[in-house]
Parts: sequence; C-alpha cells; structure tokens
Amino acid sequence: MASISFEKVVKSYGDVNIIRGLDLDIRDKEFMVLVGPSGCGKSTTLRMIAGLEEITNGHLKIGDRVVNSVHPKDRDVAMVFQSYALYPHMSVFENIAFGLRLRKLPKDEIHKMVHDAAETLGLTELLDRKPKALSGGQRQRVALGRAIVRKPSVFLFDEPLSNLDAELRVQMRAEIGKLQKRLAVTAVYVTHDQVEAMTMGDRIAVLHDGELRQVGTPLELYDAPQNVFVAQFIGTPNMNMLRMTLDEDGKTLRHPSVSIPVPPQWIASANAYKGKSLLVGIRPEHVRAVDENEWHNTAALSGTVEIIETLGHEIIVHMAIEGSDTQLISKMDAHNTHTVGSVVSVEVHTTRIHLFDPETQQRLTSE
Amino acid sequence: MKKKSTFSFSLILKHLTVLFLVLIWTLPTLGLLVSSVRDKDQLTASGWWTALVTTERNEVYRTPIADEQVAVEGGWRIYMPLFEAGSDRSIGSWGLRADEIGLNLPGDKVSLDDGSAISVLESGELDWFSETPFTHTRGIRVFVDARIPPRFTFDNYREVLASEGVGQAFINTLTVTLPATFIPILIAAFAAYALAWMDFAGRHWLLAGVVGLLVVPLQMSLIPVLQLYNQVGAILGVPSKSYVGVWLAHTGFGLPLAIYLLRNYMAGLPREIMESARMDGASHFDIFLKIVLPLSIPALASFAIFQFLWVWNDLLVAMVYLGQGVEKIVLTAQLRELLGSRGANWEILTSGAFITIVVPLVVFLSMQRYFVRGLLAGSVKGG
Repeated sequence: MASISFEKVVKSYGDVNIIRGLDLDIRDKEFMVLVGPSGCGKSTTLRMIAGLEEITNGHLKIGDRVVNSVHPKDRDVAMVFQSYALYPHMSVFENIAFGLRLRKLPKDEIHKMVHDAAETLGLTELLDRKPKALSGGQRQRVALGRAIVRKPSVFLFDEPLSNLDAELRVQMRAEIGKLQKRLAVTAVYVTHDQVEAMTMGDRIAVLHDGELRQVGTPLELYDAPQNVFVAQFIGTPNMNMLRMTLDEDGKTLRHPSVSIPVPPQWIASANAYKGKSLLVGIRPEHVRAVDENEWHNTAALSGTVEIIETLGHEIIVHMAIEGSDTQLISKMDAHNTHTVGSVVSVEVHTTRIHLFDPETQQRLTSE
Repeated sequence: MKKKSTFSFSLILKHLTVLFLVLIWTLPTLGLLVSSVRDKDQLTASGWWTALVTTERNEVYRTPIADEQVAVEGGWRIYMPLFEAGSDRSIGSWGLRADEIGLNLPGDKVSLDDGSAISVLESGELDWFSETPFTHTRGIRVFVDARIPPRFTFDNYREVLASEGVGQAFINTLTVTLPATFIPILIAAFAAYALAWMDFAGRHWLLAGVVGLLVVPLQMSLIPVLQLYNQVGAILGVPSKSYVGVWLAHTGFGLPLAIYLLRNYMAGLPREIMESARMDGASHFDIFLKIVLPLSIPALASFAIFQFLWVWNDLLVAMVYLGQGVEKIVLTAQLRELLGSRGANWEILTSGAFITIVVPLVVFLSMQRYFVRGLLAGSVKGG
C-alpha cells in the first residue's frame, strides 16, 4: 500500500511560497503525472515526496504514515533524475548495486537482484561498462535499473526523458509505462511536456504558481478543463480564447467576427451572464474549413491567413480575425492550398465550445 | 572534411614562441645535469655546452732535476710522462717559454744551449737527452697545450651524497615532505566536503574565514605559531624542534588553499549525484568516501603536487621548526650550507642542486595532467 497524500502542504524559502497549500491524493499503483510550466513547483513537490526538500507546513503521508521528517532512505521510494545522476566512477553493476550494498545485503543476493533488474531492462550486456561508455538511452535505463532494483513502493521521475532525442523519448515513454504497470508500483512523474503527461498518466495534476489547478484523467482535462490555464496548457496547439458578449436573451454569444448560439448544455449556467462578456474557448480542431467538416451545429467566420505550419497530415493556420488581438488557430487538411494573406472561411463546431468566467477564469458548469 | 593547412605568419610566430619558452625552461636544467656529471677540473675550465668536445688547456710542467737522470747508450737521459696513465690526454703543441707554447709540434726536438735535446711526444712523454751528464739542480719549465678529452663521472654525486651530507638531507626532506603533503589533504578533504555539501549554521562564514586566511602572509604567522607550539609542547613534554612540529606547521600553512581548492571542486560536482546517493541510503560519510572522494581525485592530486613542491622547496619553515642539526637538516638548508662552505666547488653545488630538483621534476612530469586539470577545477566538467 503506497498511496501518497498531501494535506495542505506548504513549501517556502524565506518569504517566497513555492507551494501554497497543496491537497493531492495519489492512489496506490497509480501513474500520476505532475505537469506545469517551469517554476510551477512540480519538481519541488516531487522532491518533497523523495525527502530531499523539507516541508514547511502541512502533512505528507505515504501509505498511512506521515513522512514529513522521515529520512529519504526510509521512505521506500526511488527516484530517477533528469540528468540520470549515475555515479561516473562506477560500472553499471556497481551503480545498480550501490543502494543494496549500503543496506549490507549478502553478496549473492545483490548479484541476483542486480541481474534480475538488468535483465528486465536489457542491460545484462552492459553491466561492466562505465556510464561514459553508454548512450543516452542506456544511461536512462541504468538510472531506471537503480530505481527498480530496490523494489520500492513508489517511483519518482523528475523529467527523466528530457535529455533524450525525440525517437528515443517515445520509446522510453512506453517502456516506463509498461514497467510501472508490471511492477505494480505507485509512480509520480514530473514533466513540463503535456504530450508526455497525456500519454503516460493515469491521472494528471496540473500545477501553476504553486497551486493545483486541476487533477483528472487525461480526457477529463481535455474535455472539461476547469479553468483557462488548464484549457490552454493541455492540447496542441493552444485553445483559442475569444472574449464574446452574451445577448440579453442569453441565447447567442456575439463577437465582431462570429456569432455562436449558446449550446444547450451551457444555457443554464450562462443565464447569469446576460448582457455581459464571457471567455469562449474553442479548440483548434473545432475550427475547420467549410468543406472539411460534417458538423451539424456550426457558426461561420472568415479571417486572413497569417501563418501556416505544415505538419504533413494536417496544417495549422493562424488567422487574424476582426475584433480580436490574438490569432485564431485552425487545424486544416494538409492539402488545402491556402497562402499567407488570403481570406479563408471556416466554421466553428459550436457544441464543443468551453465557457469561462472572465473574472475568475473558472469554467462555467455545463450539464 | 579536409582542413586547409595554413602557414601564416602568426602560426609560425606561435610555434617559435612555444619553442622559445620550452628552451628557456629546459636548458638550465639540462645544463645543471650535464655540469653535475662532468669531471671537476673540466667543469671549472669550460662551460657545460662544451662537454662533448675536447678541451684545450695550457699547462706548465717542470722537468725532474739531474738526480733522476739515467745512463743510456751514448749519454744521459731524463724521462717523465707528463700525464697520468690512462687519462687519454694528448699534446697539441709545446714550448719552453710561455709565449712559445705553440712553437713546437709533438715529437719535435729542441736543442738547448748546453748541447742537450728535449722533446715532448704526443702522448705527453717528455724525453731529454744529453751526451754529458746533467748537473742542474732545478728543472726547466715546459709549457704544453694539453688536449683533454671529455670525461663524465658520477664521482661528484658519490662525494656529495656520502661525505657532504646531502644523502642524509635528502632522507630528512622526504621525512618532512611526505607527511606534510598527506596530512593537510586528509583534513582538507573532510573540511571541503562539509563546506560544500553539508548544511549547517555558519557555513558561509567559515568559508569566508578560510578565504581570508589565504592571504595571511606566512612570515607574519611564523613566530607566533612557533611560540604557541613551544608552549603547548612544553606542557605535553614534546621537544621544540621535531618532525611533528614541522608537519603541523606545513599542514597549517597549506590548509586554507587546500580547503578552498577542494571545496570549489567538490561544490562543482552535480548535486543530483549526491541526492541520488542519499536516496540510495548513503550517509554523509558514505557519500564522502564512496562518491565524492573518488570523483575528486584530479583536485586532490593537483593540490598534492602543489603542496609537495612547496614543502620540498621550503627553507624558511624547516629552518624555524626543525633547525639545522645534522640529523634534521633538509636539502634546501644543506644546499645553502654547501654554498657557504664549498662555494668554489662547482661539482658539489651542481650535483647537490640536481639531487634537490630531481624529485620535484619527476613528480611534476608524471602528474602534470592532473596539475593542469586540477587548476581548471570546476570550469571544465570531467567525464
């Protein structure tokens, strides 16, 4: 049993609060991803679990035990660092065996455990090598081996894939996921890469400015972002955010370039905003050319193409639209031959919009 | 990709400069080495760069007196070899007056006023023949241009090591230097780790103190420290001039630099490695012993060389803390003694000096890659 729970945890350096009252429950055997922009406190949170940072206030529990002042080695956690943190003067075997030797386990047992871990990760051939003779992916594997050999109940990952090239990253992403499921341990994974977060996490916790913005499964975060920050952080490219005015009758959202009927699931909560403005979030994939969608509820608008990003299977078009400072982003078919400067007509999938309060930045409740 | 070779002016200038620097650093050492193995007579007569060529020297000999004449067929003869047997010397020319030294070739016969004839052979044998018996009571002078072949010998070293006390001084210096190198490293490594990686109150002030101590002149603290040592020694019953005293003194004078150098190096080691070790269950002592110490070998070696060279070449601290007794005098002090008492005997000074520098030379050449790497401590990330 290794659930982890934060109860009003505060971390501050002098007067600066890095974490401001974090409440978070991580379930046993769950793969939890902490994601957020740099400086949001996600690494600090991870290091508090590891015991490398002291907790200023609140309680941190692993299982049923409050571990605020428990030494790292007694927490039954293992950590994989961003830079791998291998011991450069030791061979792969010694690196993996280091923790076991410190625990004064018998020699033959250490030997067996190291070889088991090495086999799991395909490192058997490399056991005699020094870290500097390994490639980036192999080093990463050794770091993993060092973590799994002790059979801890919690794995901590601090951006472990950020030093790898793109191809290897995809491969290791899958391997780490499989490994965690097979070993059936709780994992906490820190990353700033939302693709990593979406693909790996059972659940994702989005942190920003030392506060937890939303916790949920990847799809929950994608389909129902609780606030503007999460809405814009999850999803590539960023969600379009238009400030629109709600008619006095509460049925239509108006903007100089487009009018959108309020979808049925939003009507109740939008009632309070009659005659006021609302933030309307529209994902780029819900803005498409007229002949490229089969949506039933649409609203048409047109804009001037300013930037085209070609991705192969699709293109991402940034358009200037009337009455908005920010560009409207749309995903289109790659074979659509638009040019910069041309005026294009697109449609918005009106039932898939998100509404946010402009003051609190919070999502309105939808039915 | 093929790189185009350029023989630009600046490149040539660079190489010439390097060559020049190498020469001015190595030539004096070479000269000292060559001088120290030359025959002592040749050493005083000519420079070390002529060591491989035959030297010429004007010498003057006096023939034997009449008592040594031998009767031979048809007259009387006086014979004398001018050179010692086996010296390989030869005669270039000779004469009977100082200004006529180049007048006669070897084997020429010169008749004297009394009817006798004198000749000097190339091998240096003097042959003087007369039909009447010699009667002179004072030999005549013969001036020769002696050709002396090069001669190399370890006699100088034998003499210096055995009878001039340099051998004993060498051992004394080793006795001072080795502990005075390793004791500070041991202490400094612990201190440096604590200052770099352990969190305790006043750590930064302590480090600032160490940096401050770096600039305290040795000459200023020499006598107060000696007094302190003597007073404490008097209580503990330790003699005032002892090896322990000089070890402690060198340790004290070396520690600030050692701590500073090692701390900077250790602080440059990646934090994540320490944290990883902590999570693996390592205590501070484990981390120090198993992670930091092995990774700090370049810095340790670099400081060891520094300290070794400095202690080896030190005169002042050894004089003050060890004195000049025969059984405790160090090489530098012994060399200074020789300079005073045997200043004219170059063969002793050169070989003594070379014995003094040979150990630092070997230490430096064998460990120079650590030396350079350690000086760059922190600025270059070691694999």
